[in-house]
Amino acid sequence: MQSTAHAFKANVRAALADQPLQQALGMARTGFQQKRADAAARLPEFEALRDAAKALKDHVLGHLDLYLEAFEQRVVEQGGKVHWARDAAEARAILIDLCQAAGARTVTKSKSMVTEEIGLNEALETAGIRPIETDLGEHIIQLAGQRPSHILAPAIHMTKERISALFAEHHGRPPVTQAPELLAEARAFLRQRYFEADIGITGANFLVAETGSIVLVTNEGNAELTQGLPKVHVVLAGIEKLVPTLEDAFVLLRVLARSATGQEFSAYTTVLTGPKRPADLDGPGELHVVLLDNGRAGMLGTEFQDMLRCIRCGACMNHCPVYLATGGHAYGSVYPGPMGAVLTPGLVGIEEAQHLPNASTFCGRCEQVCPVRIPLPKMMRHWREEQFRRQLTPPTARYGLKLWAFAARRPALYHLGAKVTSRLLGWLGGRRGRFASLPLAGGWTGSRDLPAPEGQSFQALWAARQGRGR
Amino acid sequence: MTAGDARAEILARLGHGLRGGAPGAEQRQGIVARLATPAATLIPSRAALDQAGRIVLFTRQAEAVQASVERLPGPAELPAAVAAYLRRHNLPMRLVMARDPLLTAAPFAASMIQVRYGPVVEADAVGLTVALAGIAETGTLLLASSTERPTMLAFLPETALVVLPSRQVLRAYEDAIAAWRATGEGLPRSLNFVTGPSRSGDIEQTLQLGAHGPRRLHILLIDEPAPAGDGASDAA
Repeated sequence: MQSTAHAFKANVRAALADQPLQQALGMARTGFQQKRADAAARLPEFEALRDAAKALKDHVLGHLDLYLEAFEQRVVEQGGKVHWARDAAEARAILIDLCQAAGARTVTKSKSMVTEEIGLNEALETAGIRPIETDLGEHIIQLAGQRPSHILAPAIHMTKERISALFAEHHGRPPVTQAPELLAEARAFLRQRYFEADIGITGANFLVAETGSIVLVTNEGNAELTQGLPKVHVVLAGIEKLVPTLEDAFVLLRVLARSATGQEFSAYTTVLTGPKRPADLDGPGELHVVLLDNGRAGMLGTEFQDMLRCIRCGACMNHCPVYLATGGHAYGSVYPGPMGAVLTPGLVGIEEAQHLPNASTFCGRCEQVCPVRIPLPKMMRHWREEQFRRQLTPPTARYGLKLWAFAARRPALYHLGAKVTSRLLGWLGGRRGRFASLPLAGGWTGSRDLPAPEGQSFQALWAARQGRGR
Repeated sequence: MTAGDARAEILARLGHGLRGGAPGAEQRQGIVARLATPAATLIPSRAALDQAGRIVLFTRQAEAVQASVERLPGPAELPAAVAAYLRRHNLPMRLVMARDPLLTAAPFAASMIQVRYGPVVEADAVGLTVALAGIAETGTLLLASSTERPTMLAFLPETALVVLPSRQVLRAYEDAIAAWRATGEGLPRSLNFVTGPSRSGDIEQTLQLGAHGPRRLHILLIDEPAPAGDGASDAA
């Protein structure tokens, strides 16, 4: 997709002023967090499972080339085909070739962030192939011509009223307003599309090296209909999705749903191995797996390797004060929230995405809830350092930091400066005790008052206290 | 650019990032061994119960995710129970069924229910199939595709009825995997772990049932051991 990450600041201003969006986010704010906390509390082994999940992903990443080779061999042995794509363009070309080889006019898709990452839908449409998103949230935003604003709940930014208006406009049915009616209408509309589709395209939650299996997780059952009804099933998956064995997949599955939605287990976990067997009554006759690199291999052996542990549960954004204030669209990229703030600069470049690693209060909750314990704040700091190195930080911030660093290395000067400044500001603040505006501090005072310093500094108080104690 | 180039280049990038080059024989052997002997994983203690306890837990967990569970003494009682369920929900006395020995042995012919075997079509409102196992930990059903049991039986119809022999209620997913390993056979094309009916929270995070899969999931737990050679015995 076209990134608008560079416009993050303007996007945020628009998002904060968007009343329906704020109303929708208000509903998201409490639900996800409480559900995850409840699910974690119900399972005494949850923290130990998170450790096991982290260790498992680290092991796989440490031997990723070998596991990919093993997986490929097993897929091929069972009659499937494996394709490799270095980047998004190569992946799009492979998928379009597969569609054209099958004479496909319509393809159904079950929600897949990696197809968003490569901009698949636009490419399909350009090639004259109609992509139909089947996940309810994806269907809603496809009708609206939008992008997912959450990796799990793509239409989390939409109110029922907006969905109702969209359905009335696009489904050609009398308008309905209640959630059960809206769902029933989408179900009926999409049901026909499954039967019309020539190809079903899905992502993969996990790829099992031992058996050559693809693991798909949904709550709606749309992945099963997407892959099970058309003649061809195409899987697009990032190369980091490998697990060694089926047992290993369940280590991750046990933390995935709990972290994502607070469910004990998602409604459907499907393990697919090879195409339809000769005696089977249903299933696709052809299975293709497209393995996508797109910058992932380059993260191995760097400070961003830990990011490849991500299992796309969305817990980091569900707990992020910035995400919950702005929604996902403000990030202007496929992956929003803390995981997006780390991943996006790697995908589109730090120049384009320089605001994202800065869109954090460093409260650390993303890391606290990450099922595979990715040190997200630490990695955002890496990007900030990278920005500084490449001189992407604005000059005022750069010189401000340099000035501060100069003083911080000279304690006597620093204390003197702090003393003078705080006395001056205390005096200027007067009886009001705060400033509504201040030169060089417009970023702060633009939206709130700056309190004037009062009394002595900590250093001075400490010195006095030590003196008394002696 | 050929496909071969992409594969070689990605593997080379990975090897370079991981260890500055291609994997050695020892590393390769390590992974072969890891795949040949699956590592023991952490299994929550929640379902470490005897058979009776597992059935209680399975039932509670399945009901917590909006499935309904009914316990029957044996397959002979199936047709009457299914007919009563269909009446209760005002559904037609018609269903598409798996040609599973457990079901074909039940006296459906003597009931009012019109039974059809074979592939599932859009018009089928009710599907009846047999689960390989039940997982007590989360109230999950394990379904496996085969010639007799098309996957779509539990996905296309709005109402999914699933028969589960109660002796097949296992503790955890790993027990079902262990049972599969013991058979020495390959995996079926599709294994479905099903936890409650289809659902979506995409409209203002309110729980709605029946998004694309079944709106209703009814589990018929059957106590009496099924005849030898039935489809469920491969997970015993």
